[in-house]
Amino acid sequence: MRTSLSERLLDLVVSGFLWGIRILIITAILFGTVAAIRAGKYTGEQWIDFVVFGIAQGSIYALIALGYTMVYGILRMINFAHGDIFMTGAFGAYFMATWLNNIGFIDNNPLLGFVIPILFAMLVSAGIAMLVERIAYRPLRGAPRLVPLISAIGASFFLEYAFRGFFGPGKYAYPPIKALEGSWTIMGVGILKIQVIVTIAAFVMMATLYYIVMFTKMGKAMRAVSENKDTAALMGIDINRIIVSTFAIGAAMAGAAGVLFSLVYRQIDFFMGFTPGIKAFTAAVLGGIGNIPGAMVGGIVLGIFESVGPSLFLEGLGIPRPYQLKDVIAFTMLVMILLFRPSGILGERLTTKKA
Amino acid sequence: MASILTANKVTKRFGGLTAVNAVDFEIPEKAIVSIIGPNGAGKTTFFNCITGFGKCDEGEILFEGTPIQRLRPDQITKLGISRTYQNIRLFADMSALENILVGQHVFLKAPWFESVLGLPNVIKEEKNALAEAQRLLNFVDLKGKGDMLARNLPYGAQRRLEIARALATKPKLLLLDEPSAGMNPRETEDLTAFIRRLRDELGITILLIEHHMRVVMGISENITVLDYGEKIAEGTPAQIQSNPRVIEAYLGRGAATEGMATAHERFTKKAG
Amino acid sequence: MKKENFLWSSVKSGLLGGVIAIFICLVGMTEVFSKRDVIEGVITLGQFVLLATSVVAGFIASRRTINLLGPNQPLPALTAGLVAGLVTGLLVGLLIVSIGDSAEPALRTIFLNASPSLYQLLTFEKGAGNLWIMPTVGAISGLLGAGYLLLAEMFRRTINRALLVMVFMALFSNLFRVIFINQGMEGFAKFIFGQTGLTIPGTLIFFFGVILISLFWNSRGKQIQSSVAKLPKGGQLALRGTTIALIAIVALGLPQASGPFIAQVIVTVALFILMGLGLNITLGFAGLLDLGFVAFYAIGAYTVGLLTSYGEFGMQHISFWVAVPIAVIVAMGAGFVLGLPVLGVRGDYLAIATLGFGEIVRLLAGSDFLLPYFGGPQGIIGIQKPCIGILEPFVKIDVPRICNGYEMGKPQDIYYIAVASALLIAFVAWRLRESRLGRAWMAIREDEDVAEALGINLIQTKLLAYMLGAAMAGLGGAIFATLIGSIFATSMQLLVSINVVSLIIVGGMGSIPGVIVGSIALIGLPELLREVSEFRYLLYGITLIIMMLAKPEGLWPSQATLRELHHSEIETDVKA
Repeated sequence: MRTSLSERLLDLVVSGFLWGIRILIITAILFGTVAAIRAGKYTGEQWIDFVVFGIAQGSIYALIALGYTMVYGILRMINFAHGDIFMTGAFGAYFMATWLNNIGFIDNNPLLGFVIPILFAMLVSAGIAMLVERIAYRPLRGAPRLVPLISAIGASFFLEYAFRGFFGPGKYAYPPIKALEGSWTIMGVGILKIQVIVTIAAFVMMATLYYIVMFTKMGKAMRAVSENKDTAALMGIDINRIIVSTFAIGAAMAGAAGVLFSLVYRQIDFFMGFTPGIKAFTAAVLGGIGNIPGAMVGGIVLGIFESVGPSLFLEGLGIPRPYQLKDVIAFTMLVMILLFRPSGILGERLTTKKA
Repeated sequence: MASILTANKVTKRFGGLTAVNAVDFEIPEKAIVSIIGPNGAGKTTFFNCITGFGKCDEGEILFEGTPIQRLRPDQITKLGISRTYQNIRLFADMSALENILVGQHVFLKAPWFESVLGLPNVIKEEKNALAEAQRLLNFVDLKGKGDMLARNLPYGAQRRLEIARALATKPKLLLLDEPSAGMNPRETEDLTAFIRRLRDELGITILLIEHHMRVVMGISENITVLDYGEKIAEGTPAQIQSNPRVIEAYLGRGAATEGMATAHERFTKKAG
Repeated sequence: MKKENFLWSSVKSGLLGGVIAIFICLVGMTEVFSKRDVIEGVITLGQFVLLATSVVAGFIASRRTINLLGPNQPLPALTAGLVAGLVTGLLVGLLIVSIGDSAEPALRTIFLNASPSLYQLLTFEKGAGNLWIMPTVGAISGLLGAGYLLLAEMFRRTINRALLVMVFMALFSNLFRVIFINQGMEGFAKFIFGQTGLTIPGTLIFFFGVILISLFWNSRGKQIQSSVAKLPKGGQLALRGTTIALIAIVALGLPQASGPFIAQVIVTVALFILMGLGLNITLGFAGLLDLGFVAFYAIGAYTVGLLTSYGEFGMQHISFWVAVPIAVIVAMGAGFVLGLPVLGVRGDYLAIATLGFGEIVRLLAGSDFLLPYFGGPQGIIGIQKPCIGILEPFVKIDVPRICNGYEMGKPQDIYYIAVASALLIAFVAWRLRESRLGRAWMAIREDEDVAEALGINLIQTKLLAYMLGAAMAGLGGAIFATLIGSIFATSMQLLVSINVVSLIIVGGMGSIPGVIVGSIALIGLPELLREVSEFRYLLYGITLIIMMLAKPEGLWPSQATLRELHHSEIETDVKA
């Protein structure tokens, strides 16, 4: 029996459609960019501002994305609750920082006032992530893929609304660190101090993580487990311990990201983890899920796109208030990558030699 | 005899590993042909190339003269190739009957809205499909088991159900991937007879991957031996049993130098 | 293997119970639930839930003890229950102490709910002198839990039933009260149902009533069933016909008897049944998890809104009855357009990609970019109500068109549309399930590769699942727009999709009655109980996790599982 005409037509429609989307998006971006540059609404300094903000924002995404990527590398599972782990860290840090602020500690020791809440947030996030893993994920290991994903969605909602119950639906203002206010002038361009500090902190954190994964015994065990669980177990590696540590380390990074995020945006609430969570997942997919440097690159690329994009190609297309569509850029990128290059920029896998 | 399937220089690579390397292969119509070879020789990969599971990187596969190496699995099935799997892959949470009905999908034409309205032609079509499925169920000795979930059938029954499901697509060429795996001698014997019946009664050409030498030597008219992705021998069972390269592949280089006679003896013993 | 000391294991159960109890207090449930009584003047729902934790802790502790020491050891089992309950109570006591008896407790700077009123509730409004109450109550309820375990299976089941009915009646007592008062049975209503819970006589009546009935059923049930089975065929048909007729009469009369509130709740449930049936096709049948399902709901709603609204953005000249089929078709088209690109994406990636789509649709609909078409954040208002009769021509923006005939303006009217649509769609879903397409979907859900190798065109089949699911959601959205009379992009949140996913999971993936059960449980109950609805998503989260851990097949599993059970029954019958 031959393939029927309608089926062949469908094949044609599918491939035509996919090509159409690609062409449409590329044209829109090009057209918008050219138009925006010719309009010359923004000065060079403003563009640099956008980029710097994008890098700061992107490095936060990158930090969160590490958790997605590591867990996916080991369990092949999307930890949907990871964004909310990020939120729990922010809350932990908020209460710590508020207390430090009230006793006047932050004003006297700005550096420690910056670091202590971060460490505390990492602890809180890691603790909660370990609990979530123990209760909601571990018993489901080996079940069909949808089952742990749904459990993770459940965990995500549980965390969000438990925190809403504990702390109320309102927004909290993260206490400011005076030493980090204002801006530095670098090469004639004013750059907000906080953005520089956030970027540096994020990079330090990522470097530490990279060191742990590449050069410590535990990191090697992690890579072994992500390569093949059974073989790793035969080599005497305690799989459960490694998986829990992976969750804990990823969560600690997210917790730290939560603090950096709160420092930039100054406010936290129970739902703050959702959007950054999805975007960090986008970043992880963008860089190739399972790939640690990929998550870092993906985060920064996404941050820059999101920060520059509205003014660059959306405004050029004549869209009013383009910043409203900032999230649309991120989500569109997510869908496009999943469509056209699911293995991401740097390719999949946690364990390739380069990783 | 005209050949139903011809493979020319079929090659499949996974990264740096060449799983199947420039294999030429031919199946005469209404024949029973086997592929054997040590573990990891590329037998299942070759199967996957034919059925469109993993497209081959180079070469050409002709089915009744039509090139199929670029087609999707469902298109290949529609042309008349069907298969079973090494590790049984039934729809575990569907009943035995439903498993077979899914195999008939290609022949059912009712569009969804007609099914919703329950038009007479749909009812008739479903009734015929059900009768056909029942017939196939009886053919593989699973009479009365139609309502059982596939996962709850005993192992041997699952194997037979998988074959029935493959038959439901009315294949001209049926690929069986280690059908006798995990069977006891009694069941194996039944299986051999059953495969013959498929060819003799239904006129289906059979391509077999098997480790069980008694089955292979008992029913194959032609055997191809793969080793490290390359075809190292081809011929009748008798030719294969005495081929030194085959013996070497199975028993290692030592065996070949040790003396053909003992090696041959050991090989036939293993086969027997 | 070393045996664990049963006392230590009971302490652990107690600690777990205590942590859960503290969680319940701090998350705010105790306080909110205390506004409702189980037995008026005796026990509030908040107290009931807290007690339940220690009862369960006691139950678990004594079950573990029996596992450790073997059966027929009532004394250690009871001790275990007592210990576990006591520990739970002590932990709650610890919470009481740390809140303290001040107007502004220090703990409250962190936990909003650690308030003086919680303190009052936990000390039974007796203040610091009564710290002993909590541990004592805990110990007693732990003992109760243990004692319950030691009862015979039959008694346990009877008590379960009685408790369930009692709590259910208590939760909805104000509702029943209103209904009975409306029917002119004021004396009866006030005797049984209080303002906030059951009265003491009411409790006794329900509790012992159920026990008596189930004892009667236990002794006579078989007889009645067999006498029904012995009825001649005509009699059975008549019996079934009467049942269906009764249900139909209740369904038709219900909104008129109960008033707009209940009608609106039922409409909401019906809308979620529509969406649930739609997602059940994509997720339950074909196994494609779509987290952006709300997009189709939104598209259906916006289509009807734009076509029928007499407001600024409406096209004004199309009636509801024409707009609904258009909305369904548009939603189906959207299913095609959105489905086409993502269906190549596998498994869990698909969930995230569709989530992205859902958010894109919501953000675009609410943006200033598309404001000239979709009203931006202000949304679309002035959606014309359905009219049975002739609709007069459009006069002027913001002036509704006049309906010459009957205008279905009230929720009670929309009720009929929603319920009829839900029934129709349930029928369609059932027919689809039994068709060749339904089998192909299930095959894809079970094993995509094998399904493809059997000749199923994956793209075509998945696309149909996506489109038909979208059409059903679109219908739901269309009715929603008419019910509310206006639509806003902000009501098209991800939460709606999560609602739908949850109700399918709870009901049982792939099961049509499951969708209905799930909608009633997850949408209907919280709508009726304002106290519960405040913790709706928290409870959803817990429910999703527990369902995945304990009962992934759902409350009402799909046909296949049932048929399998049925089959083994037949086999045993044959053997017997």
